[in-house]
Amino acid sequence: MNAALTIAKREIRTYFNSPIAYIVVTVFMLLAGYLFFGSLFIERQAELRAYFNLMPLLLSFIVPAMAMRLVAEEKGSGSLEMLITMPVRDWQVIVGKFLGGMTLLATLVGLTLCYAVTVMLVGPLDKGPAIGGYVGVLLMGGAYMAIGVMASTFTRNQIVAFIIGFAISFALFLFYRLVQFTPESLQPLLSYLSIESHFESISRGVIDSRDVVYYLSVMVVSLVIATVTLESRKWK
Amino acid sequence: MPELMIQVENLTKVYGATRAVDDVTFNVRKGEVLGFLGPNGAGKSTTMKILTCFLAPTGGRAKVAGFDVFDNSLEVRKHLGYLPEDTPLYKDMTVLEYLQFAAAMRGMASDRSQKRIKEIGGRCGLHEVAGKLIGELSRGYRQRAGLAQAMLDDPDILILDEPTSGLDPNQIVEIRKLIKEVGKEKTVILSTHILPEVQATCSRILIISSGKLVADGTPDDLRAREKGSRYRLVVEANGATQDAVKARLGSIKGVSRCETTLGEDGAHSFTLDAAGDDDLRKVLFRAVVDNKWTLLELHREAASLETVFRHLTTQEESKS
Repeated sequence: MNAALTIAKREIRTYFNSPIAYIVVTVFMLLAGYLFFGSLFIERQAELRAYFNLMPLLLSFIVPAMAMRLVAEEKGSGSLEMLITMPVRDWQVIVGKFLGGMTLLATLVGLTLCYAVTVMLVGPLDKGPAIGGYVGVLLMGGAYMAIGVMASTFTRNQIVAFIIGFAISFALFLFYRLVQFTPESLQPLLSYLSIESHFESISRGVIDSRDVVYYLSVMVVSLVIATVTLESRKWK
Repeated sequence: MPELMIQVENLTKVYGATRAVDDVTFNVRKGEVLGFLGPNGAGKSTTMKILTCFLAPTGGRAKVAGFDVFDNSLEVRKHLGYLPEDTPLYKDMTVLEYLQFAAAMRGMASDRSQKRIKEIGGRCGLHEVAGKLIGELSRGYRQRAGLAQAMLDDPDILILDEPTSGLDPNQIVEIRKLIKEVGKEKTVILSTHILPEVQATCSRILIISSGKLVADGTPDDLRAREKGSRYRLVVEANGATQDAVKARLGSIKGVSRCETTLGEDGAHSFTLDAAGDDDLRKVLFRAVVDNKWTLLELHREAASLETVFRHLTTQEESKS
C-alpha cells in the first residue's frame, strides 16, 4: 500500500505543480458558481439543490479531464516502464493513480463548501440533504474517476483517454434520461445502471446502502479492468 | 546469493509475425560486466524488458537472482536496477525529488535513502543540479540521474539500456568508469551498438542479430574467432594505372579481396583482406619493389571487433 500512496503523492504534486489543477478548478467553480448563484438569487431559495442537481452532468466531463493524463501520459512518455519495473504491483500503480485523482476531486468539492456557508448565512440550511449531497458527489465522482483511470490505461493519447472516459461516464448519466423511452421490461435495469438515479436519493439525504454499493461496484470493476489492461503487456 | 545471477534458457518473444527474441540462452555470473551488442532492432531491448519483468516471454525461461521473472517478478525487481532506453524520467520533478520518489517506491528507510541519495548523487556528479527540474537538464545529466536512480537501492544486478547514448566524450568516460567500478562486485548488463564501449567496459560480450544469439565470449575470444587480417597500402606507381596495380596486388596468394581507397595525389591506396594467418607484409613489399613502384605506406591490422561484429550480424541477415 505504501507504494500506492507514494504514487498518489506524486500525482498530487504533479497536478498542483502544473496548470492542470488550476484550470480544472477554475472551470468547475465558474460553471458551478454560475448555476448555483443563479438559483439562489433568481429563485430566492436558500438551498443547495440546484448545485447538486447539476453534478452528475458537470462531473461527467470534468472528472475524465482530470483523469485522462494519469496513465496515458506515462504510457506516451515511456516513464511507465520505469515505474512498473520498480518493485511495485500493477494494482498498486492503479490505486495510487486513482487516489491521486480523488485528492484533486476532493479539493474541488471542498471548495464548493463555501456554497453551503453562503446558504447558511441567508437562511436555515437543511443539513441532511447537504451532507448527503457532498457524500454523494464524492461517491459519484469516485465512480467517474475510476472510469477515467480505466480509459487512461487504454491508450497513450490523453485526448483519446478523455473521450473514452467521457463517453462511458456520459452514457451512465444518460441512462436515467432514457428510461421513459425504453420498453417496460428494461426500465429497472436501465434505472439501476444509471449514475443519476442513485445520486438522487443520496442528495435527498437518504444514504441507502444499495446506492453506495452501486458506486463502489463501478469503482472496483473499473479499477480491476484498469489493472488487467496494465497487465496485458505481459500476455503471451 | 547464487553464483549465476542471470539464467536465460531458450528465451523467445514473438510480436505478431516477428520473432524479436529467438531461442536465446545465456548465463551471467556475479561480478561480470556483460556487453549486449547488436544492430538496431536486434532484440537487445526486448531481452532487457523481459529480464526487468516489463514484458513476459512467449517461450523459454529467465531467472534473475534465482527468481523467475514471470512467477516471482516482485522479488526479481527488488534485486534489479534498470535504466530503460531514452531515460524516461518525470520531467516535472527535480533531481532530488525524483531520487526521493524512487527511494520511497523501493521502500527504503528514510535515513538510509538520505545517505544513499547523497552518496550516489556524488558518484554520478549530480550535486550541482539536485534542485533543477529534470525537464530542464541536458541529456547527459538526465542520463546520470537515471543511472543514479538505478543504483539507488544498491541492487545486485544493473540492467542498462544504452547508458552512454547522447553523452559527450568526457561524460562517456566518466560513466564507463562508474560502470566498471560497480561491475567489480555487482552484475551489470549493458546494451550498446558502440563497439569501443564494450571493449572499454565489458568482460564478456553477447552479440545478438535478428533475435538470435550469434556470439558469446570475452572480447579476445571473439577477435580470435575471426581469422585473417587487413592491410592498408599506399603506392606511388610511376605512371602505372590504379587498375594495373590493383590487379597485381590482388593476384598475390592469400589476398582475398583488394579494394582501392581514396588516396593522395599521384599515389594509389588500397585495402587488402587476407584470409589466412600468415603475415603478407614481406610479400606485398616485394611485389611493389619488383615492379619498381615506391611503397609509401604499409600497415597490417588484426581483425577488430568491428569486423567480427559486421561479419556475424550481416551473415545472419543474408541467411534469412
